[in-house]
Amino acid sequence: MSEHIFPIRACFLVWIALMALMILTVFLSTVPMGHALNTIVALIIASMKAALVLLFFMHLKYESYKLSGVVFGAGLFWLLILFGLSLVDYLSRGTSGVPGH
Amino acid sequence: MEQQRESSTLGMWIFLVTEIMFFGGLFTAYLIFRIAYPDVWDMGSQHMEFWPGTINTVILLCSSFTVAASVYFIQRGQNKMTALLLFLTVLMGCGFLCVKAYEYHNHWEEGTIPGPLWTYNTVHNPDGTTRPAPHQLQLFFYLYFVMTGLHALHVTIGIGILAVVAFWAWQGKYTAEYHNPVHISGLYWHFVDLVWIYLFPLLYLISNKHTAG
Repeated sequence: MSEHIFPIRACFLVWIALMALMILTVFLSTVPMGHALNTIVALIIASMKAALVLLFFMHLKYESYKLSGVVFGAGLFWLLILFGLSLVDYLSRGTSGVPGH
Repeated sequence: MEQQRESSTLGMWIFLVTEIMFFGGLFTAYLIFRIAYPDVWDMGSQHMEFWPGTINTVILLCSSFTVAASVYFIQRGQNKMTALLLFLTVLMGCGFLCVKAYEYHNHWEEGTIPGPLWTYNTVHNPDGTTRPAPHQLQLFFYLYFVMTGLHALHVTIGIGILAVVAFWAWQGKYTAEYHNPVHISGLYWHFVDLVWIYLFPLLYLISNKHTAG
């Protein structure tokens, strides 16, 4: 049986870290840093929480079978293509100097 | 057994990636309109209630912990403990839906349901004057209801799955060698938590309302 047993202590510590990050993000949202920066900081903290859930709660770090991680990585990559290429379109509109483009 | 465990885990991850792309389309729409109408998004976010949103975040993070712990116990073949933890998760899931329903009710009262029910057409300025509400505010609420509604649907499905798995665990169906259903449905619940981890800051925290009181 090569299934890794995820220690209960680590489970508990990850939960504490998630709660701490949640308090941090709520606190930082009350600090005025300007529209863009507030959102970026909130998203960075959200990604840290997501990484904790993925690696520990969803066992990506422990899985002896690495294909799950590859599948998730591929999903993330396609998600970034979706965000990236959509924004390349929307953000570049009206920058070419040609009317209507 | 080992091969069964690996292939069911892989299958679940492939399903979760399709779910990521499903929600990804909505997040893209959110992103594009957020860039196009930053002030309206700020205004929309001010209509989100801080405490219900935060309480729901706490509930989901705790429920993810109980699910992770239930997987730990079932890996040791402790069915009763697993059933108990999953039952707790189901209760927290129901709590989440109740808070969400309370919020939806408040939006109903406020008239911020997009479409024919929309009655929020006047904004009251702090100095007592009024101005017409921007049209794009409906767009924010449209995305808000679709994203949180779809998420709530996933929570509901997750509650159903975990309730069944909890029942089977209570009957002692699983062993340290065979417990794929607990692991797989746990992955689904964690995914639901992941979506909320991003929805919470994007919908509730992008304005500084709660400093102003």
